[in-house]
Amino acid sequence: MTNEQSAELQSTALRVREHIIRLSAGGGCFIGASLSCVEIMVYLYTHVIRRNADNPHDPKRDYLFLSKGHDVPALYGTFVEMGWLAEERLSNHLSTQDSIYWHPNRQIPGVEFHSGSLGHLPAVAAGVALDCKLRGSKNRVVVITGDGELNEGSVWETLLVANAYGLDNLTLVVDRNMFQANIRTEELVPLEPLADKFKAFGCEVRRIDGHDYEQLEEAFDGGEEKGKVKVIIADTVRGKGLPSIEARADRWFCAFSGDEVAQLLEELHGNKEASIESETLVVR
Amino acid sequence: MTYEELLTETALKDERIIVMTAENRALVRNLPRILGARFVDTGITEQTMVGMAAGLALRGRIPIVHALAPFLTMRAFEFIRTDVGIAGLPVKLSGYIPGFLSDGNGPTHQAIEDIAIMRGIPGMEVYSPADEDDSVKMLPSIWAAPAPAYVRINHKKGTFVHAPYEPGKAEVVAEGKDLTLLVYGFLFDNALQARTLLEKEGLSVGLVNMRSLKPVDQEAIVRAARGSRLLVTIEDHLQTGGLYSIVAEVLLRHRLAVAEVLPLALDEHWFRPGLLGQVLETEGFTPVAIASRIKRHLEFDLNSHIYVQ
Repeated sequence: MTNEQSAELQSTALRVREHIIRLSAGGGCFIGASLSCVEIMVYLYTHVIRRNADNPHDPKRDYLFLSKGHDVPALYGTFVEMGWLAEERLSNHLSTQDSIYWHPNRQIPGVEFHSGSLGHLPAVAAGVALDCKLRGSKNRVVVITGDGELNEGSVWETLLVANAYGLDNLTLVVDRNMFQANIRTEELVPLEPLADKFKAFGCEVRRIDGHDYEQLEEAFDGGEEKGKVKVIIADTVRGKGLPSIEARADRWFCAFSGDEVAQLLEELHGNKEASIESETLVVR
Repeated sequence: MTYEELLTETALKDERIIVMTAENRALVRNLPRILGARFVDTGITEQTMVGMAAGLALRGRIPIVHALAPFLTMRAFEFIRTDVGIAGLPVKLSGYIPGFLSDGNGPTHQAIEDIAIMRGIPGMEVYSPADEDDSVKMLPSIWAAPAPAYVRINHKKGTFVHAPYEPGKAEVVAEGKDLTLLVYGFLFDNALQARTLLEKEGLSVGLVNMRSLKPVDQEAIVRAARGSRLLVTIEDHLQTGGLYSIVAEVLLRHRLAVAEVLPLALDEHWFRPGLLGQVLETEGFTPVAIASRIKRHLEFDLNSHIYVQ
């Protein structure tokens, strides 16, 4: 990747983060888990996922399923930057007159499947990947999960079955931001050694820095072992880009005031650190 | 008193109680500190949590388990039916943000079929308190009973001071000659306000807070059907399998099938997600919307001479 390409990706990611921060005003959003997967999503949509802009339902397209649906602000922010979603619509957040709410849904063009209940889309993605195999087509099927989401047994069932069917066209990306809601994953139901677990389930595993485009490029371009599901564990920071909320257990679902959002935008651009007083919500 | 204060008090008094959650601590923030090992967070594993609750109950414990209502009742459904239901174990299920309370989350998070599926399990009791005051009045006897129970948790503060709870009985707030509103859960407060609006129009309007959906207070339903020209069921639930169905079953059983019932429910659709106030507007469940839907129904029926006096 050239420096120029990398710089362009970084500026796209910065704009996606601005969209996310704005969505945390009013009714709020899952800001931390959205900020952690920005580079993953921007890289996937700009460099990995082949998608026909004229026909979003082209059966030859690659599929990206967002299983950790609560990071939908990152998805819609990326859609805006890709030119697939009008930026004005983000201001309809939580209006019953539009379909921009706390989880993704197919009313928004580009969303492959609705999510919100954790541990569903690995299986749906495996079904799509199986059909691609059956038809001999070369589509790539990628599914992004959270790390807390790996608590759900359905994720592991899917890996067993997908490997039984040799679905090497399926890639599972884990946004490993080390938190689930208001708790560190390792303090609740420890996941490590995570790579070993995926290997034991028959997967080909890579572990990378999920904020580093060169490592993302290497992971997605890498050679693949035949017949094995690919797993990319992307180590990330929850709240990435905003030091005042980074890696904090209490910054899960946040509804900030207009003034706080303005401060956070300043902080994002490396100016003054924000001082946040809004109470965090434990709900959702 | 809040839900959490009641739970704390109850658990401290009774060593058999184990408080569990599938990583949703909204209702039980302070309990890890207070209960220590009797607080169990299994992570995002609703099925495993319910299975473990059955195991704990087998050893004489009373698990009170927490998760978002849709994931608790649907993700873990077969574990509830098979491990808790078949064995008839005293596992107490607390479903958070049921019905409209999931506001902007979307259909994945909407528990609007929970009453229907939970009441289908033999021996399972189903409750829906109107607000925090009602919850605190109802929960002690629900938790003390030997049966498995599902409760739609509602910790909103209401304006109404509820009567003491009598197990399995509804709270008859008022009787009315023209119509009776039958409601449960969070919509109670809006039904109460709708009643005031309708009474201002000169109608005699009854109001019943159902409280217990299974066992249901058949007598309260029958009395309302005999005393009013129209029953209105109000619920943030699909029309199938909820209060409208329950009322229909009771009326048939008592050979009152000619009674007229207007269902205000979600008819074959998930509700439009948004902030709660807007959801109520869009779906027609604000006090004004409830009152005007009822008035429209009454006018339509009078004009089309459906009433046989």
